[in-house]
Amino acid sequence: MSAFKVEKSYEEINAKIRSGEAVVVTAEEMVSIVKEHGPVGAARKVDVVTTGTFSPMCSSGAFINFGHANPTIKALKAWLNDVPAYAGLAAVDIYIGATEPPEDDPLNKVFPGEFRYGGGHVIEDLVAGKKVVLRCTAYGTDCYPGKQLEKEVTLSDLPYALLTNPRNCYQNYNCAINLSERTIYCYMGTLKAHGKNATYCSAGELSPLMNDPLYKTIGLGTRIFLGGGIGYVTWHGTQHNPKALRSDNGTTRRPAGTIMVQGDLKKMSSRWLKGVSMQGYGSSLAVGIGVPIPILNEEMAAYTGVSDDEIFTQIVDYSYDYSHGVARNYGEVSYAQLKSGRIEINGKQVPTAPLSSVVRAREIAETLKGWIEQRDFLIEKPVQTLPTE
Amino acid sequence: MNTRIYVLKFPKEVIDQPIICHLVKKFDIEFNILKATILLQQEGVMVIEFIGHAANIKKGITYLKDLGVKVQSMAGNISRDEEKCYQCGACTGVCPTGALSLTRPEMAVPFAEDKCTACGLCVAVCPARAMTVSLNGNLDLAA
Repeated sequence: MSAFKVEKSYEEINAKIRSGEAVVVTAEEMVSIVKEHGPVGAARKVDVVTTGTFSPMCSSGAFINFGHANPTIKALKAWLNDVPAYAGLAAVDIYIGATEPPEDDPLNKVFPGEFRYGGGHVIEDLVAGKKVVLRCTAYGTDCYPGKQLEKEVTLSDLPYALLTNPRNCYQNYNCAINLSERTIYCYMGTLKAHGKNATYCSAGELSPLMNDPLYKTIGLGTRIFLGGGIGYVTWHGTQHNPKALRSDNGTTRRPAGTIMVQGDLKKMSSRWLKGVSMQGYGSSLAVGIGVPIPILNEEMAAYTGVSDDEIFTQIVDYSYDYSHGVARNYGEVSYAQLKSGRIEINGKQVPTAPLSSVVRAREIAETLKGWIEQRDFLIEKPVQTLPTE
Repeated sequence: MNTRIYVLKFPKEVIDQPIICHLVKKFDIEFNILKATILLQQEGVMVIEFIGHAANIKKGITYLKDLGVKVQSMAGNISRDEEKCYQCGACTGVCPTGALSLTRPEMAVPFAEDKCTACGLCVAVCPARAMTVSLNGNLDLAA
């Protein structure tokens, strides 16, 4: 006996996609469908809901194999456009991380630093097809006698490049304010003193993990839109915290789940992987991710029908509380309130500004919808879903 | 009444002369100086807002030009790289004039150049570094 009135298997949904009969809508479109038809009616009508998010996502980077030179070299240290890459993997395998600054960067010596270029920008340059200077030093061995290497490379020259982001796509994030006496510059942007502005960073109702809040269809092997190409969820991300406080609709009211994602960098586009500079903080990479949610039953329809006014987050002070691990907040607000441009904190009206692009998130959800409608993209059943405890 | 923002470039021969005050006396133009500086070559650069009847502003501008002052509309000095901008909206938190603001419910970020006073606050706040404000080709002046 099934507990559900509507039940569809992954195989049935994929058969519909293959025959061009699948009904695919974006998470924004699903809101009104569920309101109008209810979860059961929506589940009968819709097969797949597409989500999207585009914002700075630290804990991103790429594994690169740059191929063997003559004489061969076993890189001890490596740089791409003077940005250090980790070389302690093998002879010619390196990992370039999004937040790595160039060695000669002034950092925050003149505060707030600009961080105009970093690992995220190297990845964007590679994906854009630009030439990047690869430099290596080595101590020389019998099998790898080379001690120096410097050459211009492009992504197409590299034998292998795999975007590997150990933590992306945060399920919810704090709304940031600054209650100190001075302007602060942090990864949540520029925050004026005395709580005069607030920033937030989530695609809200379009956000992937907000549409499957208990990870019933997302896990190891889920095929996704990643950086303009196809990628996969390959593990839960670092800091994945499924036990965060939740609303009755399952969505989290605090930063919670995360995913690790991987995909072939060579198939991606610089429109969807952008190096970013956070003043006073550092560089990072804005990543575009879209996750398709199969509507297996009315429960998934209800989850994907969630709207901005039903998703909440906490307001956190980044001048002291965040940096000193003080678990305190200054109230909770919905994404509908945040997107309205104004929230109330301690009885005062405070203007809000986003860091996550809703325009691009919507474009990702639409693009993924197009791929599925054109039968180019099937839904993968995860080998193992993300942990819930 | 019209409100327009201009960038004025004063040749070094006239930087020690009172000029702007004559716009009030002779042409009944109200003004608001948003930025003023003297560069290394002793040229003066000023960002100024004129408020007045269109015909008077036109006469005032002719007066300035006759004195050798170069007059440019502000709009030409600010640009957004549309390839770089990904419409996140971080700039809307610092823009004091609403030149950068979010449309709702789309959450798009159009750039209304005519409202921009070239304060430059958006330049460093933009994660994509898409905004460029350049007065007299001098980027530092604007930042």
